[in-house]
Amino acid sequence: MAEDESLRLSRIKANLERRAFIHDVIRAFFRSEGFLEVETPLQVPTVAPEKYIIPFTVDGWFLSTSPELHMKRLLAAGYSKIFQICRCFRKNERGQLHNPEFTMLEWYRVGADYIGIIEDTERLVSTLAKKLNHRSTIIYQGNKINLASPWPRVTVREAFLRSAGWDPFARLDEERFEIDLVEKVIPGFDSSRPIVLLDYPGAMASLARIRPGRPAVAERAEAFIGGLELANAYSELNDAAEQQRRFELEIEALKREGKRGAVLPQKFLEALPRLPQCGGIALGIDRLVMLFCDAASIDEVIAFPRDIA
Amino acid sequence: MDIAEVTRNTKLSINGVPFAVEDVKFVKPGKGRGMYYLKLRNLFDGGTRDQTYHSGDKVEEVSVTSHDMQYLYKEGDNYVFMDNETFEQHHVPKELLGTKSQFLKEGLVANVSVMEGKILEVIIPKFVELTVVMGAASTKTDTITAQSKMVELETGVTLAVPAFVKEGDIVKVDTRSSTYVERVSTKK
Repeated sequence: MAEDESLRLSRIKANLERRAFIHDVIRAFFRSEGFLEVETPLQVPTVAPEKYIIPFTVDGWFLSTSPELHMKRLLAAGYSKIFQICRCFRKNERGQLHNPEFTMLEWYRVGADYIGIIEDTERLVSTLAKKLNHRSTIIYQGNKINLASPWPRVTVREAFLRSAGWDPFARLDEERFEIDLVEKVIPGFDSSRPIVLLDYPGAMASLARIRPGRPAVAERAEAFIGGLELANAYSELNDAAEQQRRFELEIEALKREGKRGAVLPQKFLEALPRLPQCGGIALGIDRLVMLFCDAASIDEVIAFPRDIA
Repeated sequence: MDIAEVTRNTKLSINGVPFAVEDVKFVKPGKGRGMYYLKLRNLFDGGTRDQTYHSGDKVEEVSVTSHDMQYLYKEGDNYVFMDNETFEQHHVPKELLGTKSQFLKEGLVANVSVMEGKILEVIIPKFVELTVVMGAASTKTDTITAQSKMVELETGVTLAVPAFVKEGDIVKVDTRSSTYVERVSTKK
């Protein structure tokens, strides 16, 4: 039985007030760090071709699945510290932690790598906790979480060896990787601390730079708090040929699985050689708000989630 | 249908067996493949099981409709019901009804779920009113207190009622627990 709308909206009002306050704190944080707030289009001619992110189509264009490509075009044109809070749209993503239309915070810092960006994230989350009168400990779904920096880091290899019993760098099985990540690795994290999972296999680099070595690792880091996948950071790849090769692999896979056609984002690829060394991150604001509202479901922090919009 | 369209209460056919979806948990690593953890209830035997699907998987939806049907009479091991809208008659085997059959009185309206012409489940009202046809004079078993006695109701079921209930009275019965609730009217 559906809950009465006005009852529901009164019940979550404190969460929505907190949400607005969190937006204010985020903006103040980035302004104080010298970042420029930017806006990029929500309706776009191409999206990054990604196997598991399905865009909505509108009049032959797409609703943006992420502001990343446009923000990097700004960076390529000389903008050095930028952030954005915007809506992203991903088809079929609906569940306790997903709404097909959700709010993303992205920021990019020229000169930084993925670790520098994770340090930004630690400072941002600590600032939020302080402004929300939490000191450094919050309680989320019955777990006491100490947010103090630095957050413990664990490499993908260590985490998988420990919790899933295999090494994704020895022989990568992407399907098993995702299942074990969800069923074994994330549940195995210490619930009393945020966790940074870092250094992914090269095949899972997406738009991240590869650090040569044995093994070569993708400079990609994901932050988890209270079991929530909160943010994904990269040392940004600026090798256009390599990026194009990765996109083409995704396009081929999409074609092979008969899913949908996809094209290369040409303007982004043209701008990429001018992208300076930089780091960036995408952080899910809805989940951040959930964390600070002790909300179990994304529906508790969105006025009109998909099913009742 | 695509697995993404499955919600609670969707009915699926898996290898020919119908299941009702009791819960869907969607999990997806940001860059990874979506996973759907389904809790399923077997519509034939009521058993539950878990099943995992991945985004892009296709599942077979079955249409299960529910109809108000009136109980007519018993024929051998079957109970005959009539659809109140189509007047079509359906034979329901006694195994499908279980203990519910002991509360079937001619004219009782039940909610019947049907999948592709096959009856899956008969839901009878939580409460029915039945006439006491035979009262026992005294209690013979130790489990029954002095204030209650066993009586037989018009459908043949026997249950414990308070001592003041007489033959010819109409009593309200909870069909889930097969227990007496209250006396509705008494024989003048």
